[in-house]
Amino acid sequence: MSDETATLVAILGMAAVTFGCRISGLLLGPRFRPSGRLRVAFDAIPPAVLTAVIAPTVLVTGWAETLAAAATIFAALRLPMLATIVIGVATVVVLRGGLG
Amino acid sequence: MTTPPPPSAAAEIRQAVVDIAPALVAAAPIGLLYGALATAKGMDVVDVLLASGLIFAGGAQLAAVQIWDHPVPIAALLISTLLINARYILMSASLAPKVAHLPVVGRILGFHVLADENWAMSERRAGGGRISAPYFFGMGAVFWANWMSFSLIGALTGPAIGDPTRYGADFAFTAMFIALTAGFARSRTSVAVIVAAAAAAAATHVTLGAPWHVSAGALTGIAVAAILGGDGEAAA
Repeated sequence: MSDETATLVAILGMAAVTFGCRISGLLLGPRFRPSGRLRVAFDAIPPAVLTAVIAPTVLVTGWAETLAAAATIFAALRLPMLATIVIGVATVVVLRGGLG
Repeated sequence: MTTPPPPSAAAEIRQAVVDIAPALVAAAPIGLLYGALATAKGMDVVDVLLASGLIFAGGAQLAAVQIWDHPVPIAALLISTLLINARYILMSASLAPKVAHLPVVGRILGFHVLADENWAMSERRAGGGRISAPYFFGMGAVFWANWMSFSLIGALTGPAIGDPTRYGADFAFTAMFIALTAGFARSRTSVAVIVAAAAAAAATHVTLGAPWHVSAGALTGIAVAAILGGDGEAAA
């Protein structure tokens, strides 16, 4: 397989895998209405997934990232999203400069 | 809360754009970063547009660039993509009942462009209830177009931008996720979920490495919710 063909196959394959994941919940259909304990578990999906994606950056990458994340969490509980992002990015730039 | 009259389609789209605006700003440097890194690895502009348009998943696309090689490691790329994007199975299942009233073709297109940010916004908007078609599709279309635009600019101007971490561009993604997560931290259960997911994901990242931390952290958080779920406290 040429590199160009392989690139195309990889992109289309990754697209198919991703589409499959995204569409799977629709296939369950509106019949799917969890209740009780299952409902609580489902409600936990958003924060659990979001947290898992960024946890390595927040906790085990470096002091600059961890301290900037702490500042971002402080901001996130008080300020709108855009202000939170600005504070987070500014803090990490300053700390990376200071902490190397 | 009393039931307000149904807002107009234009008002719904406007609200969708307002709600997704911070995510558009945060995704911009990540799109630039992706376009620049992908072209540096030998992909051309058409490849970048195909990837951003059809895969439309920043985390998976950036991870793919990291392991991209010659010859192209197709199997490794597909496995990495599945591991990183398996979270969409959970997200899709969670959002599906809230869009069940929308036409099926629209649901398929809308779910194709379901990313962390517009999904989180849609969940917040739905608040356990339904979500309107103009809001859901408007947000998805704008977010997709934004990602395409900045991927393209990144691919065209990559070499001139330099190292994006110097501007903290990579941290925009983290900061946005923190802001999104904070919006869900409304009960004791959800705080416990966040703490457990963070600990498990970090531990997994140190031991097994990426991308296993995503599924391990998410499943741990969900398990904690299921265990605490009997307390009768409403989870966020």
